Amino acid sequence: MQEIVNIFVKSIFIDNMVFAYFLGMCSYLAVSKTVKTSVGLGIAVIFVLGITVPVNYLINDYLLSAGALSWLGEGFDEVNLSFLSYIMFIAVIASMVQLVEMVIEKFTPALYFSLGIFLPLIAVNCAILGGSLFMQEREYLSIWQATSFGLGSGVGWLLAIVGIAAIREKIRYSNVPAPLRGLGITFIITGLMGIAFMSFLGIKL
Amino acid sequence: MNSEKNEREPLFSFKNRKLLLNPLNKDNPITVQVLGICSALAVTAKLEPAFVMALSVIAVLAISNVIISLLRNGIPPRIRIIVQLVVIASLVILVDQFLKAFVFDVSKQLSVFVGLIITNCIIMGRLEAFAMSNKPWPAFLDGMGNAFGYGWILIVVAFFRELLGSGTIWGYPVFDKLGLYDVGYKNNGFMILPPMALIIVGIIIWIQRSRNKDLIEEK
Repeated sequence: MQEIVNIFVKSIFIDNMVFAYFLGMCSYLAVSKTVKTSVGLGIAVIFVLGITVPVNYLINDYLLSAGALSWLGEGFDEVNLSFLSYIMFIAVIASMVQLVEMVIEKFTPALYFSLGIFLPLIAVNCAILGGSLFMQEREYLSIWQATSFGLGSGVGWLLAIVGIAAIREKIRYSNVPAPLRGLGITFIITGLMGIAFMSFLGIKL
Repeated sequence: MNSEKNEREPLFSFKNRKLLLNPLNKDNPITVQVLGICSALAVTAKLEPAFVMALSVIAVLAISNVIISLLRNGIPPRIRIIVQLVVIASLVILVDQFLKAFVFDVSKQLSVFVGLIITNCIIMGRLEAFAMSNKPWPAFLDGMGNAFGYGWILIVVAFFRELLGSGTIWGYPVFDKLGLYDVGYKNNGFMILPPMALIIVGIIIWIQRSRNKDLIEEK
């Protein structure tokens, strides 16, 4: 149990998707103009990460990694399909995003309309595929650890995008040098926020 | 597209040259189109992985642009994203296996970022914006141009981070040979940490936009 909480906290602050690994930067830069839309996208990312990471964990554990197919019988002990993981993961992500979109549309139309445009965008958000690839690389022990990693990374991403959106809303009133306006200053602020987040590095979990 | 015209366009006509050269500066994928930032920043602590990453992206982008451009009339619009992802993912698997076979240590350093070429927005973006509506040869040039535009930013960032952060260029200890350490110079360890990559790209954007006023954003 404690391990699960540790992974959750660690993936929010120390291994933050944006500040430590630069994942999901494209949508992070494109959608962070107002706080409201960035909250919507952040929630959608948490949602999709929380579903795709455990699903990919099961696929990796029971189909792809070395010896994973041993449940089929003796002859399959040696089979290692891990080179297929990219294509499997991206297929799972694309179809999960589609599925989530349909489920949300059916049951909570209000949420669907607030997330609407962002859901399809998420299939190509590097943070989602990155979540699954890091899950594979770090070899989590149980599906619960993988789930908590997925949710934690999503929350970390939400924090980052809401933070930058709030700053960008304010910075519109400041006198930024013309060539830095827009993209340039956003990069530099993200760098400074990353430095701030590095203070969490000292935490030993 | 001028397939009706009988006169053939020369291979490097003005239009085609522009496809290749524009992304290097005026239309740069990283600093102007804001595509593919993720991997650009993460692999640039040293020159070697940055160079390998740039080569991988050049290979994947040019080939996938050509493949999608060849298939463009046969892809139903509703499922085009899936088709594009499958093409890209297969190419990335090839690149990944190639790197693992020939430069294993670099492939270890790049870790998940080779896989993340799949969701690199440059590739999806160019397939969607260009390859879906153009012939293979222009698509190939567009892919090369954009990948080179991406690559040179990667290499510039990596050059400064490695030089100032570890005092080396491609592993060669420049500052040590110049004797700078003897007069009290210290490596700036901060350059190796992730936030500095963002700040360096910010500075590149600053320089580029002050030289090229058209790119300055409206307030």
